[in-house]
Amino acid sequence: MIYLELLLGFLKVGCFAFGGAYGAIPLIRDIVLSYDWLTHEELTYMIAVSESTPGPIMVNLATYIGSAQGGLLGSIIATFAVVLPSFLLILLIVSVMKKFVSNKYVQAALRGIKPAIIGIILATGIYMLVAHCFESTAFDIKAAFITAILLALTYALPKLIKKKLSPIILIICSAVLGIIFF
Amino acid sequence: MNIFVDLFLTFAKIGLFTFGGGYAMISMIENSCVQKKSWITHDEMMNITVIAESTPGPIAINAATYVGSKKGGVWGAVIATVGIVLPSFVIIYLISMFLDNFLEIPLIAAAFKGIKIAVGILILDAGIGMVKKMHKKVFPRTVMLISLALMLLINIFSVNISTIALLLIFGAISLAMFIVKGGKAG
Repeated sequence: MIYLELLLGFLKVGCFAFGGAYGAIPLIRDIVLSYDWLTHEELTYMIAVSESTPGPIMVNLATYIGSAQGGLLGSIIATFAVVLPSFLLILLIVSVMKKFVSNKYVQAALRGIKPAIIGIILATGIYMLVAHCFESTAFDIKAAFITAILLALTYALPKLIKKKLSPIILIICSAVLGIIFF
Repeated sequence: MNIFVDLFLTFAKIGLFTFGGGYAMISMIENSCVQKKSWITHDEMMNITVIAESTPGPIAINAATYVGSKKGGVWGAVIATVGIVLPSFVIIYLISMFLDNFLEIPLIAAAFKGIKIAVGILILDAGIGMVKKMHKKVFPRTVMLISLALMLLINIFSVNISTIALLLIFGAISLAMFIVKGGKAG
């Protein structure tokens, strides 16, 4: 039965999708292809759509596949299933978190993990910005120009108006700039 | 405002405007939950980031569940999580019904080329914000720079090493140093 398959398939995705959106893609691929829910091409296209719409990629994929396979009920079941494992896990962690985080060995490990995460986040941001300016290895002057404007909006403008731009405003500006330039 | 309504609206707004997922969402969550609402501290946000990386599930959902449960118990967690999922659920559902080739609409394709760049900046900005609040000591700085360099290399050469492996290695090194030093905080 398709609803049961959707439930089980996406519970599996929800349980083992570590490492954020991109880490989860290989696992989603595995499951989606093994159930024959999407062809290889449809999946690639769907990842692009998920990246371009708000919300986590995993949730977007679950909603889309659920709807394609089982209509509204299918999409509700798939979305519910993909969210449930992490929801329960975090509830559990919250209730033991204080004890857990104040343990001295956990503290020691966290002293290494926290700065490492900062490095990973910085690297991801830098890499993404640079990669967008070199679409298919040729230097993209328009993208570089938009990058410069957005960087100025993020870092120079707040010094003038004494207020940081909200991320939502930045997203809206970037969409408008994209429409103007491309 | 009722805390449940507030949780729902805040996370629905985050859900509506977070493109790209993952690290890009950190900026948005910091902005709403730490700076505007003071629901959680920067340190808690940092802990959520670490937990989100080491548990399955998207970081935004992990953060919503955590903040919701802290401010409104189990129901708070449910409401915040539904709030963050609902906007993208509705959008994707509509797309799946009406549009076969959503990204081929020129206007939308152009807008998303711009948005992709903003997503990169948001991620960078989340990282810079964390560096500013980091302990100004040799060890965290060294770890940060090494992981930055490693991650850049991993991206450039598209090596297949998960970030979790990277984090576990640094956690293990730090823990080993702690034990070697005889259990004194360094």
